Amino acid sequence: MSTPILPPGLAIQKADERIMTLNVGPQHPGSGHMRIIVQIDGDYIVACDPDPGYVHRGEEKMAEYRNYVLNVPHLERPVIHDSCNVLYPYVLGVEELLGLEVTERAKYIRVIAAELNRCVYTMYWLAIYGIFLGHSTMFMWPAGDRELLIDLLEKMTGARVTHSYFIPGGIRNDLPANFEDVCLRQVNYFEKRIKEYADVFYENPILISRTEKTGVLTRENAIRLGTTGSVLRASGVDYDVRKKEPYDVYDELDFETNVMKSGDSYARSRIPWLDMMESCRIIRDALQKMPKSGSVRVKLKPNPKGGFDSVYKRVESGRGALGCYIVSDKKPEPYRVKLSVPSFRNLIALPHLLIGEKLGNMPSTYWSLNYWPVEADR
Amino acid sequence: MLKDLITSQNANVFVGKLGDILEKAIDKPLGYAINWGRIWSLWPVHIETACCSVEFGAASSPRYDVERFGIIEAFGSLRQCDLVVVQGTITRKMAPRLRLVYDQMPEPKYVIAMGACAITGGLYFDSYNVLPGIDGILPVDVYVPGCPPRPETLIQGCMLLQEKIKRMKARKFV
Amino acid sequence: MSSEPKKEAVEKKPEDSKPTNDKTTEKPAATKPAPKKVPPKEEPELPAFEKGIADKIIENFGEKTTISFVKPDRVGIKVGRDAVHDVAEFARDVLNYDHVDSVSGVDYPADKEIEVVYHLSSYTDPTLSRQILELATRAQREDKPIPGNDATRLPSLRDIFYSVEFHEREVFEMLGVYFEGHPDNRRLLLPEDWADLPPLRKDFRNKGR
Repeated sequence: MSTPILPPGLAIQKADERIMTLNVGPQHPGSGHMRIIVQIDGDYIVACDPDPGYVHRGEEKMAEYRNYVLNVPHLERPVIHDSCNVLYPYVLGVEELLGLEVTERAKYIRVIAAELNRCVYTMYWLAIYGIFLGHSTMFMWPAGDRELLIDLLEKMTGARVTHSYFIPGGIRNDLPANFEDVCLRQVNYFEKRIKEYADVFYENPILISRTEKTGVLTRENAIRLGTTGSVLRASGVDYDVRKKEPYDVYDELDFETNVMKSGDSYARSRIPWLDMMESCRIIRDALQKMPKSGSVRVKLKPNPKGGFDSVYKRVESGRGALGCYIVSDKKPEPYRVKLSVPSFRNLIALPHLLIGEKLGNMPSTYWSLNYWPVEADR
Repeated sequence: MLKDLITSQNANVFVGKLGDILEKAIDKPLGYAINWGRIWSLWPVHIETACCSVEFGAASSPRYDVERFGIIEAFGSLRQCDLVVVQGTITRKMAPRLRLVYDQMPEPKYVIAMGACAITGGLYFDSYNVLPGIDGILPVDVYVPGCPPRPETLIQGCMLLQEKIKRMKARKFV
Repeated sequence: MSSEPKKEAVEKKPEDSKPTNDKTTEKPAATKPAPKKVPPKEEPELPAFEKGIADKIIENFGEKTTISFVKPDRVGIKVGRDAVHDVAEFARDVLNYDHVDSVSGVDYPADKEIEVVYHLSSYTDPTLSRQILELATRAQREDKPIPGNDATRLPSLRDIFYSVEFHEREVFEMLGVYFEGHPDNRRLLLPEDWADLPPLRKDFRNKGR
């Protein structure tokens, strides 16, 4: 091999006679935008070293050059199909720093947008999970059905995926006329539709035999590794930021969290699907309780002067708890913005799940972590 | 007669000329047939580089269904692919890998730069880890602007590429 | 609630505490909405609970720690470099914090220090489910950094909180803070041939900015 032109990470490593090193990714249908270096003995994985960073775009550094409002578009890019949720903690944090109180209607609309976005995200995730398992129907169905909700969000915000809808002080624009009826109808149809996935996917004996008892994460490990979101709830820990530390109006809405005990790939793939039904419930509830009129945006205050201030806010995104730590030195630009993203936090569990597994179970285990590489790299 | 003409010295020259003559004579019909085949079976490589891959996935979903235009979904190995859709930002860590993937693909191969990041760096023009466009590492055929481009835009870009292939000389790679 | 702004006045930068004092009086107004929705009777109790956490740490570690703020659901503790390991152990064993949400490095070139902030949280203890404990510690900053080979060092918390493993690797490459005792101080996100300054330092400038 012409090693000199290759960067050091690409050089082929010599391995033991029995142990073979495999680079899965970054160009691999089973890895996405990252590389997983696995060592296999026969068919069994003996070592695993995730190598993220292929989409590291320096968002946190860029945030230091833009003012608080200009940071909105690029901070939602890490997960463009979950853009409302990934922006949520930043917006909440800026509002707390400025001391803004958002109107009630804006809070409800935010919750509706965030829940719609969670469904859109989960449907895309489910579609890719279908590909990873070689289940083409499970790509086609969710990829088609999520367009319904994208239409709704497009009506609401004007953009298909990159909404930039939440801004400090509320939301960018009010709902279009007649939105409530359309939303209710679409969400009802959507819920009916995703219930059918049980027959083709979740009760499918082939899927169950492929994912059950693979990649088991015990409750103790899930807590110790600091995993979050569906990974944590699939391991039997009932923790959802929407319930435990409600932001905006989540404490007034009626929903449950879904917990499964087994902690295997099957449980991890089932929890987001169950969460989508809860999202539909939340949306219906919020549409009912939402004030029918009123302002959706308050005027921004000038930045308070002097000294350093910091805030840490977190929300429950489609993948888990998403935190944003903002340090302000009372200048127009933030001093430091740190996104503590669930994908990055769940990544640490990957070696624990894979070691001892068969290589064939790697794609399903990896994607069941609800991992989105662009978000992990930021 | 012919046997006398071909000696060990000029054999290659003659055959080469014959090939030339043949190619010129049947360039149009053969080229048309070859290009026709290429146009309707474009295989994109399965390489996602950033968030535009969401819209690439949506383009092969039932609503947009890029397959009806002859762009096959990205499930194959790169050795049988002839199209790289660069789906968004190329970071400094990804750039050598992308070039490596491109180099391993058989000729002829085409490149679509999808999204503002792949064209100029886009929103990340001032980031320390992002290339300002992929022109420096790959020869781009079609630019598809947008952040991210809608699936319709991507499909239009693919059709533009097909138009371009139609006008290309097939002989170059035969 | 009235005692809260006084606590907040002790900011990250002690010399700036005077100007913040009058400004941060707005702050409780901003943080109120979150607890307002929960049963209203709980509101006066919350800061007391957080103050209890802060006091417990202060009691045990004395002058090595200072309270930087106590807000509803958030407690900020500043810890000296040599005490951070013990305080983290105390937070895990006595206060029942069981994992780390995020580890953020913040560069303060004016103080010649780099701050590393651990956000601790708990899954198992229901009383702590809303709480975040901010442990902030500072490492010495060098103007010409040689990541891994200079005085910018901190003790790693990986043996206490396993969840910091990747976070500390990220802080190491982004700010050049070497974590002593971390088993795997390799590069994580940046390209393999990165030879510039650690990018999140303030003296590293993005091109064109």
